[in-house]
Amino acid sequence: MARKDDYLERRQHLAKMNDEELYQHFWDLANQLVAPMLEAGKHYTTPSIERSVLLRMGFSSLEAKPIVNGLIERQLLGHGAGNCVYLLAEKTGLSIREAGLALVEGKYWDQVPGLFKKGEENHA
Amino acid sequence: MPKTFNEQAQLDNLDKDERIDVRKILEGLEDYHPGKHPWHWREGRTEKRVIGDFEYHETSEPLKQSVPLPGSRGFGYIDPQPDCVITTEIASGRFEDDIRRMRMSAWNGADHIMVIRTAGQSHIDSLIEGTTQGIGGIAVTRKQCRATRRALDLIEEEVGRPLNFHSYVSGIAGPDIAVMFVEEGISGVHQDPQYNVLYRNINGLRSFVDACESKSIIAYGEMLQIDGAHNANATAMEAWKVYPELMVQHALNCAFSVGCGIKPENIALSTVPPTAPPAPCMRLDLPYAVALRDLFRNFKMRAQQNTKFMESEAREATVTHTLDIVISRLTSADIQSTITPDEGRNVPWHYNNIAAINTARQSLNGLDGIREMVKLDRDGPLGDQVREFKERAILFMEEMLEIGGYFEAVEQGFFIDNGLYPERKGDGLVREKNGGIGAGTVVARAEDYFAPVSVHYGYNKIPEKFNSASEAIGGDSFEDPSKIIFIDELDPEDNVETRIQEKSHYYDNPNLVRPEVEWLGDGVVVLTLMLPCDKRRAEFASLEIGKRLGLKDCTVIHSQVLHPSEGTQIEMKGSVDFDIDLSQLDIPEEIPVLSEKEIRDYIHARPITVVAATVGEDEHSVGLKEILDIKHGGVEGFGIHYHYLGTSVPVDKLVDAAIETNADAILQSTIISHDDVHIKNMRKLHDICLERGVRDKLILICGGTQVTNEMALEAGCDAGFGRGSHGIDVASFIVKTLKAQEEADD
Repeated sequence: MARKDDYLERRQHLAKMNDEELYQHFWDLANQLVAPMLEAGKHYTTPSIERSVLLRMGFSSLEAKPIVNGLIERQLLGHGAGNCVYLLAEKTGLSIREAGLALVEGKYWDQVPGLFKKGEENHA
Repeated sequence: MPKTFNEQAQLDNLDKDERIDVRKILEGLEDYHPGKHPWHWREGRTEKRVIGDFEYHETSEPLKQSVPLPGSRGFGYIDPQPDCVITTEIASGRFEDDIRRMRMSAWNGADHIMVIRTAGQSHIDSLIEGTTQGIGGIAVTRKQCRATRRALDLIEEEVGRPLNFHSYVSGIAGPDIAVMFVEEGISGVHQDPQYNVLYRNINGLRSFVDACESKSIIAYGEMLQIDGAHNANATAMEAWKVYPELMVQHALNCAFSVGCGIKPENIALSTVPPTAPPAPCMRLDLPYAVALRDLFRNFKMRAQQNTKFMESEAREATVTHTLDIVISRLTSADIQSTITPDEGRNVPWHYNNIAAINTARQSLNGLDGIREMVKLDRDGPLGDQVREFKERAILFMEEMLEIGGYFEAVEQGFFIDNGLYPERKGDGLVREKNGGIGAGTVVARAEDYFAPVSVHYGYNKIPEKFNSASEAIGGDSFEDPSKIIFIDELDPEDNVETRIQEKSHYYDNPNLVRPEVEWLGDGVVVLTLMLPCDKRRAEFASLEIGKRLGLKDCTVIHSQVLHPSEGTQIEMKGSVDFDIDLSQLDIPEEIPVLSEKEIRDYIHARPITVVAATVGEDEHSVGLKEILDIKHGGVEGFGIHYHYLGTSVPVDKLVDAAIETNADAILQSTIISHDDVHIKNMRKLHDICLERGVRDKLILICGGTQVTNEMALEAGCDAGFGRGSHGIDVASFIVKTLKAQEEADD
């Protein structure tokens, strides 16, 4: 959409503001614009976030990826990939690392859905 | 004090006389854990300090070792370190060669070392591993980061100032990379979800949700974060119209980052003066710089230099970049970034990183304290313009909110439009809200969502039996680095070990050298030419010249019309395929020169007189005058009194003059060397002095473009100075000779 410069008309409501008011208004607008994204971040997760959790739990990038992909395939990523490894370790008595590596090798996936509370996965 | 890993591994401190051995850096790398390296600002920034003969008002602590600016020769080789951090960007594609460039950069005053990522890494949905060669940058991997950080740990010890290592938390694997960066000691990062959306076409929601986690990790790592707004300047066709949008992009990333937990003092705006000459850039860009510093007073300024209007001429780029630094100094800059002057023609070359750093260092030194004398006048067009920019940015955000928010605005092409907002050209970048790479990959966290890690953004259902999330796994890799899994190489061919093996002759024998601009032994040389013809034919003629000189792969990298028919200046690169063995060169011993102070102090106590002339039938006077005159750095500047007899002076007249004036030395110049007349005249000078019985009393010094010291000694004189000699060399020699005589007399 092309539009001519109508700055002088648009600015009327700003004309009376002093510099400090303008500053406050500027930051109010910026904060309003980013608020929905900050909120979304609290309630959603992504493959990358879940891989980053696994990395910090002591898995390599090569190991993190198949665990996350396995959860995506089963629509279980929303429970957390780290949670999956943690719960599996708890259930089987394996260490965290052993449990994760077992998943990498394709083991225990039949038990994975039962680790979590039931609930529909919601995509954004 | 616990030993550092490098000490334990007996990786010795660097010796300035030896090149860094990358093979040693790679040894035992799997056990090297750099850990958190919080961002470092220069020390002592607010203090005035005396350096050499001057008081400086905007400097920081000096370096332990450095290469001072060339011009420092006239000021006792001082090297004042400006108060702001100086950035250099390195992108050769081979980190093992980048490391050597980083060392050169640190010695020239850079303390923010940024590595550019290889093309395409943004779209890889994972960390990548190993040390594959990159294009326009390196593959940013754990091994490359760790090896580079390890080298930087040694280099910062050598120069005496911490080095900030910097790369990118962008693309579709942001949180993975952020984690790796904390673990591997990265101090500064680019992170701006808008960059993903606009320039990498990554899904908007994915970018922002990822960024929440990335930014939380960046906050934990106490890294400095830089945004991506400057890309709008580089992308927009009419870059001087994007000011309102740039301010909006800065604001959104700042507000969003604070919301994710990054402290404002660790958030920097990447800001570029958008225009360049021949536009009246200072008048256009200064109000923008002032408006930014008003609105973003709680944040840091990373002042970048203009790339948008760079062509292939390095000189032109340097002038633009110097003007950019004038804006930095007239306003403020916490980080002065640099763009290499060759970026308009190729990825940066070694010496152009140094050139760019020195443009910053030189300009910042020169502008030290300028704001104490020059004030910006805000009661005129500057103030009006500042106000207008702020209002236009505000109107931009108001309209974004009216239409539904950020994603809707992007969908409607608000960004990178070439109109000066609220004007619109309708040519903005359009990204669909539900489109882009990674669309559909964002999922809602379930009620039992749990991430057992110490740093996490948003909802996390920690089991009640634990006090903290990471307690569930006995601590994560941030708390226990031994949990980090190091992957060495995945590609058996494309890796650093193979590359080193291919070049092992250079690694094993440091005496073997070949010219290089990017990679060890790449062989690239540049030829500068002026051809008396038009541009097109000059370019083809240059290629032919390169071929006849035996250069391979010749390419014209810059051509500039001096006149449509009278002349074209060409810079052409080519490569050589031979090595030089330094141990086989016949290099005469270097004569050490006394310091200027030592020379002056001696002459102050014992005055020295010399007579000088160009002898024979020789009318050349320029070279000798440069050796004599104070304004050329000649011997007069050290207090030596001289009698200059002129040109074409007979040798016997010169000797007579020396006797009459009771001179200490004779300076005889000969340029013409036809039929060895210069050698004959040197011998004659010695012989006449012998005849007159004054040889012992006079120091006989010969000079000229074809003269060498060996030649002069053979002719019976005391010293010879050839091409490239300076007054200090001659003055130093005279003083040393007189001192030696005094010692012998004692």
